Amino acid sequence: MAEARNIHEIVAADGSRRTFPQPQKSVPTAVGNYDPLSPPSDGLEGEKMVLNVGPSHPATHGVLRIVLELDGEIITRARPEVGYLHRGDEKIAENFTYTQFIPYTDRLDYLAPLANNVAYALAVEKLLGIDRQLPPRCQFIRVVCCELARISSHLLGVGCYAMDVGAMTVFLHTFTEREKIYNLCESLTGARFTTAYTRIGGLSRDLPPGWTEQCRKFLNEVVVNIDETETFLTRNRIFVDRTQGVGVIPKDVAIDYGLTGPNLRGSGVEHDLRKAHPYLVYDQLKFDVPVGAAGDCYDRYLVRMEEMRQSVRIVHQCLDQLPGGPINVPDGKIVLPPKDRVLTRMEELIHHFINVTQGVNAPPGEIYFGHENPKGELGFYINSKGGGTPHRLKIRSPSFVNLSILSWLLPGHMLSDVVAVLGSFDFVMGECDR
Amino acid sequence: MNPLELAQQLRAKFPGLIADPVEFRSEITLKVADAERMPEICAFAKKELGFDYLVDITSVDNYGDDPRFLIVYHLYGYGHLCHLRLKTDVSEEKGDLPTVTAVWRTADWHEREIYDMMGLRFRGHPDLRRILMWEGYPHFPLRKDFPLAGKPTDVPEVAFTDAAPLAGGPFVTIAAAKTPSRASRGCGFPIRMPWKPTRASSDATTSKRPTATPTVPAPLNPSTDYGRGSQHP
Repeated sequence: MAEARNIHEIVAADGSRRTFPQPQKSVPTAVGNYDPLSPPSDGLEGEKMVLNVGPSHPATHGVLRIVLELDGEIITRARPEVGYLHRGDEKIAENFTYTQFIPYTDRLDYLAPLANNVAYALAVEKLLGIDRQLPPRCQFIRVVCCELARISSHLLGVGCYAMDVGAMTVFLHTFTEREKIYNLCESLTGARFTTAYTRIGGLSRDLPPGWTEQCRKFLNEVVVNIDETETFLTRNRIFVDRTQGVGVIPKDVAIDYGLTGPNLRGSGVEHDLRKAHPYLVYDQLKFDVPVGAAGDCYDRYLVRMEEMRQSVRIVHQCLDQLPGGPINVPDGKIVLPPKDRVLTRMEELIHHFINVTQGVNAPPGEIYFGHENPKGELGFYINSKGGGTPHRLKIRSPSFVNLSILSWLLPGHMLSDVVAVLGSFDFVMGECDR
Repeated sequence: MNPLELAQQLRAKFPGLIADPVEFRSEITLKVADAERMPEICAFAKKELGFDYLVDITSVDNYGDDPRFLIVYHLYGYGHLCHLRLKTDVSEEKGDLPTVTAVWRTADWHEREIYDMMGLRFRGHPDLRRILMWEGYPHFPLRKDFPLAGKPTDVPEVAFTDAAPLAGGPFVTIAAAKTPSRASRGCGFPIRMPWKPTRASSDATTSKRPTATPTVPAPLNPSTDYGRGSQHP
């Protein structure tokens, strides 16, 4: 019979064992002044219980595992364990050309692949120094992609959150609209899920005929859907009771733990990379940045709902202003030349060959580009020694950083609040584990 | 307030420790000479210069250089909206540096990830253990001398410890002629190229290399080639 394993114990490679460090007494907990090490002595305290949530559990939205220590129904310690979906994307990136890595960005935040594509392309373009020379049509289409991805991601986030706290209808309701976004993605990129739409210096293809009309039709339908979703949830007694005052993150703690995106704005920090450091054409578009007041689960939900409306507003403006012209940078050393010219002209043939076999010739240097993804700040740090492959590509994923607050946030909460807190964070493990 | 002014204030506070600011693509980078002073510098940057948000910490393996590792901190301030990048070197023999978890709590997981992927230890970290790989995994996968296919491990009770089948691969594209190929750097595994390397290196030392070294195809592992090998005995 196998030896029973102590869940708090680590067995190192050399066979030595040690236990996880105990929390220090000075660590403040999120709720009130509950001290996990000295619970109120009412003569009823018993043995603490260790409970494993995940890695395969519907509320963990993937493969997050949390080891909880419970005193009755109250959480005294929480230890999130990540890495179950680790695929070594950063290692792979070091062995690929910049263009070859684009499909891998689909698999980061797989609920908003278009936004990841845009973020990565912009990072490489910043390294190449061409991020301000993109053709206007390309920039507008990229903004449309980002905002559709935001709507898609938030629809899923809100739908799943409602299901986590007990409302099944909302999930099916929002997924009806997500299906339409997937249809738009399919006609735009050729794939519903793994889009790989951007290229370094442009896009893989232009908008298909009639796409803008389909998109406008979708936008008019989704605002109705968002309003209906609000009537399901925003004043729903059960939903409000389960989310208000739960998982409260004060402003300073949110900043200290590096939260970004709706989770940061839910805590009242008015910061959006689209406003603070506008990229693409965001400085020409009108939109508002919603912020929460209390920093609880309910505020994070409200921020997401409002962000969807703002995204609809942005896409409408982009479709109205959409200019004509090329979608790629006119430089054969960066973008593949048109196929008919490759087959008939020498210079284009050479560009094509070099581009495919060696990749774009990036200068030596290092850049960081942060992109306002639906989940938060998706950043790419590229350290280049010149040539077509990065020397080091670090992906700063919002879900990874957002989840690190759980060991501070969960102690003091009831066990049933775990699903409410997790759902309000709207994380994706593909991006967290990379 | 712009990042360059903030960088100069930081340099003035720690004279002789921080090199001249380097600007590339309008980002300011400061190189810190001594990794031991990082917590002190970070604490000053946070308290006095308003860098209240640590965006990221990451590590770079400059394999073959000395010092080998580079730790990169990305700082940001919500008050002045300025980015600043701090870099510091860590040598392979030393392999550790002090933690900055006392300055920003978000550093906790970033430092754990660097320990997990590069094998650098952070002194004073409250809970330094692996985060993405499993506890007990013996290698550090993001080091440059770790092959893309992975190394076989004999950790008991853990699945997938064989090297990955790179069917049709490796996808390794060594773009510039300046970079020696992975195989020639002696990473210890045979590398398959779709064509023979034809470039004549300008470097005299590398051209003396015996030509037969890198191009031996890796024998397919019978347990991982999905039966392709057995069809053609």
